[in-house]
Amino acid sequence: MLTLSHFLILGAILFAISVVGIFLNRKNLIIIMMSIELMLLAVNMNFIAFSHYLQDLAGQVFVFFILTVAAAEAAIGLAILVVLFRNLKTIHVDDLDSLKG
Amino acid sequence: MEMQKLYLLVPLAPLVGAIIAGLFCRVIPRWVAHTVTIAGVAISCFASFLIFRDVMAGNTYNGPVYQWLTSGNYRFEVGFLIDQLTVTMMLVVTFVSLMVHIYTIGYMQDDPGYNRFFSYISLFTFSMLMLVMSNNFMQLFFGWEAVGLVSYLLIGFWYTRPTAIFANLKAFLVNRVGDFGFILGIGLVLAHFGTLDYAAVFAKAPELAGTTLQLFGKGEGVALMTATCILLFVGAMGKSAQVPLHVWLPDSMEGPTPISALIHAATMVTAGIFMVARMSPLFELSDTALSFVIVIGAVTALFMGFLGIIQNDIKRVVAYSTLSQLGYMTVALGASAYSVAIFHLMTHAFFKALLFLAAGSVIIGMHHDQDIRNMGGLRRYMPITWITSLVGSLALIGTPFFAGFYSKDSIIEAVAMSHIPGAGFAYFAVMAGVFVTAFYSFRMYFLVFHGEERFGRAAAPHGHADHSSPAKESGHAGSSDGHDEDHGHHADDAHDAHHHGLAPGEKPHETPWVVTLPLVLLAIPSVIIGYVAIEPMLFGDYFKASIFVDATAHPVMKELAHHFHGAFAMAAHALTTAVFWLAALGVALSWFFYLKRPDIPAAIKERAGWLYTLLDNKYYFDKFNEAFFAGGARLLGRGLWKGGDAGLIDGIIVNGSAHFVGWLATMVRLFQTGHIYHYAFTMIIGVFVLMTLWVTRA
Amino acid sequence: MEFRTFVFYFLSAILVIAGLRVITSRNPVHAALFLVLAFFSASGIWMLLQAEFLAIALVLIYVGAVMVLFLFVVMMLDINLDRLREGFWSYLPLGSIIALLMVAEMGLVLGGNYLGLFEAEVPQTSADHSNVQAVGRLLFTEYVYPFELASVILLVGIVAAVALTQRERRQSKAVSPSQQVFVKAWDRYRVLQMPAEKKD
Repeated sequence: MLTLSHFLILGAILFAISVVGIFLNRKNLIIIMMSIELMLLAVNMNFIAFSHYLQDLAGQVFVFFILTVAAAEAAIGLAILVVLFRNLKTIHVDDLDSLKG
Repeated sequence: MEMQKLYLLVPLAPLVGAIIAGLFCRVIPRWVAHTVTIAGVAISCFASFLIFRDVMAGNTYNGPVYQWLTSGNYRFEVGFLIDQLTVTMMLVVTFVSLMVHIYTIGYMQDDPGYNRFFSYISLFTFSMLMLVMSNNFMQLFFGWEAVGLVSYLLIGFWYTRPTAIFANLKAFLVNRVGDFGFILGIGLVLAHFGTLDYAAVFAKAPELAGTTLQLFGKGEGVALMTATCILLFVGAMGKSAQVPLHVWLPDSMEGPTPISALIHAATMVTAGIFMVARMSPLFELSDTALSFVIVIGAVTALFMGFLGIIQNDIKRVVAYSTLSQLGYMTVALGASAYSVAIFHLMTHAFFKALLFLAAGSVIIGMHHDQDIRNMGGLRRYMPITWITSLVGSLALIGTPFFAGFYSKDSIIEAVAMSHIPGAGFAYFAVMAGVFVTAFYSFRMYFLVFHGEERFGRAAAPHGHADHSSPAKESGHAGSSDGHDEDHGHHADDAHDAHHHGLAPGEKPHETPWVVTLPLVLLAIPSVIIGYVAIEPMLFGDYFKASIFVDATAHPVMKELAHHFHGAFAMAAHALTTAVFWLAALGVALSWFFYLKRPDIPAAIKERAGWLYTLLDNKYYFDKFNEAFFAGGARLLGRGLWKGGDAGLIDGIIVNGSAHFVGWLATMVRLFQTGHIYHYAFTMIIGVFVLMTLWVTRA
Repeated sequence: MEFRTFVFYFLSAILVIAGLRVITSRNPVHAALFLVLAFFSASGIWMLLQAEFLAIALVLIYVGAVMVLFLFVVMMLDINLDRLREGFWSYLPLGSIIALLMVAEMGLVLGGNYLGLFEAEVPQTSADHSNVQAVGRLLFTEYVYPFELASVILLVGIVAAVALTQRERRQSKAVSPSQQVFVKAWDRYRVLQMPAEKKD
């Protein structure tokens, strides 16, 4: 029998995995972005689970908007990445330190 | 004319003169300045006389003129209280001021600050009139401070002289001490009476007589009346130069002589006496305060007189005599003989102004040499000055029938009958004071007007550069070192065009009529005012409405009246009393010492060197103040500067915070690695911390 | 174990493994492909939760658009993989400790309030209930204003992505209208005067 906690724990595990992903792939921008997508997926998972168990569609509408914003964010993020690579010939995080005083 | 308008005219006429002469002092010619100011004071004097007649007819006035501000239940007003006491003061102030205005034309004729000077003295007249005409404490305080301000300006009138600047600074600071007490006293009045209006305060005073103040939590507490009166009297001590706040008055002689006459002898310094007399309903309620007053007065009267004996500057002798006479007035106040104090104030105003102006006349004649050891035999060259000085001196020492006799003798009688604690000592002090007064007054008189002619010998273009030689010749034990430089009379500046002192062979000359006229006009009241005024002022109903004496507790006036059998009888009787013979002895002794055997004072000085040193240093008051108060203030100031300002504020608060921010920024800067993953970690850890807080919240 | 539970565990297992592989795989292309797999399984789980519209949208938007974009970018860039993997494992202990603590805390946060509350199964809605219809009705009525905003955000995203990546090409023949309107006749032609040739 499936309960709400099944889905919440699944979401938590996914979130934790993506946190670890950011820690592990701290030098690799692309994987970091993928980890962020995974994080958003975990959040969406919680939203949908609550929406279902509360029988309230507002949660799903929220997920819809999150998907929209995440798509836009991914597009812009990747565009920045491309420009970055074109200018610096690298996407290594250690090289992106021109803000450092 | 309506009387209220006349009341307004009295202070405003000198003010208008002061404003015209002051604001336009650079553009108007001299004759305009003195005409305008003299006209203002003359109008004021005439109006005062009209008011005097009106008051004598029984019309007193007490009412507001202008409401300045209201704060809660407190109202601050400008108002006039016109009664016998006020009108007496008004007459004295305006008359002496008028004389001094006229005299100034002659005295200041060579001075570049002529217009400024007239502006100041007119402003002073206005301030003093505001003070005496006030019907509330606030206006009293205004006048009090305003006369202090003008006094400050005039002591430092020759502002290019360092000594003048030190003297006016000293006067200012010492008066601040007194004013501190004064304003605390006014504050007590406001706090406990809820009003500053005289009439209301006096009406409420008897019911508050039993009130005590708890100063330090527990204990007996201090009677409200005692605290208030003593604090108010501290103000009077500053203004009227009572020991130990007297130190500024001798130094104030740095100012021009007309000022010494007007402000530092006749009027301003008597403001304290006037104030205490005005506050008689309060002082009558506290025997402690009266004892305090009488002891302070007695000390001033006697010990300041001693100092007059050894002074060689003609103005300083008169200044110490003023101190001593102020002490007499204070003693009279302490003995509850307020009307006697005011009586002496009035007679003293006339004869002391006369003495000062005569001294000024001598100074003009001597070409601004003020050292009495350089004078002598002047009576042949300056007859009017000589006669008027003699009249002034006789009045001062209390020769029967002269003005000073009636007031001074009344004071002594009053003290003799007083039973206030301290009255015994005061009686001794005033009796001894009579002798001392006579001695130093006639010492000065003899040295200046009689004896051999010592002027013109020391060919000193600058007066006292080498006055050690005349000091030796005169036979008088003068101090030729340090002492005179300390108070340097008319040194340098301002009168550069003149020689100081007479050139060899040059003779003194009588002064112009603008100088001698005031002398003569002042000499007249100095002779007759006592005889005329004693009966109505002391024993009639004159002050009944304005001065309150608790006749059962302090029956001094009643007993005085009992012994009084008319002015003539009093003078005649005086010939048989010790007072008269003490004065006569003083005169005789000074004649013997300074005319017959000038070697005796020198011998005395040899024998009693320590006494001389003590007097020469004025009982070390200045040294004590310098070391203790000024030194202490400097120490405190340096401590605050080094520790408080440089250390705490600049060091820790200002620079310290800057250093701290700098250090903090250096630390925080280490977090700004510029690496994205560090920021990401920080964010994640932040989220983690927030979650932890959320979990552990409840 | 009933069927739905089995499906949940099955898809969850795939999801977790795919997530782990996303963060550990050496090659970014593989990571992207595992992410696609993760999205597919998540989509399946959402189906279980009767969020059919979002399940389809997730596949269409993420798998169809976002992940393809990711793959394009990964393949376009010439990445030095070895350098990117430097110190890969050194942060694992810290990362995993924080991750575990987070999971535990999430459990605590949610557990105290919610885990016990929703033990009971929610009654399944009938077969002819349309999730798409319900979400659509909600979106175009109550949330129409945020919906429009979301479309603006997408437009901005498109414009930004294009603007960021576009490069001026030197051989471009495009005209600048703002400069064109300032053209004067003299800019376009000039009159030359040449001496006439002598006639023979």
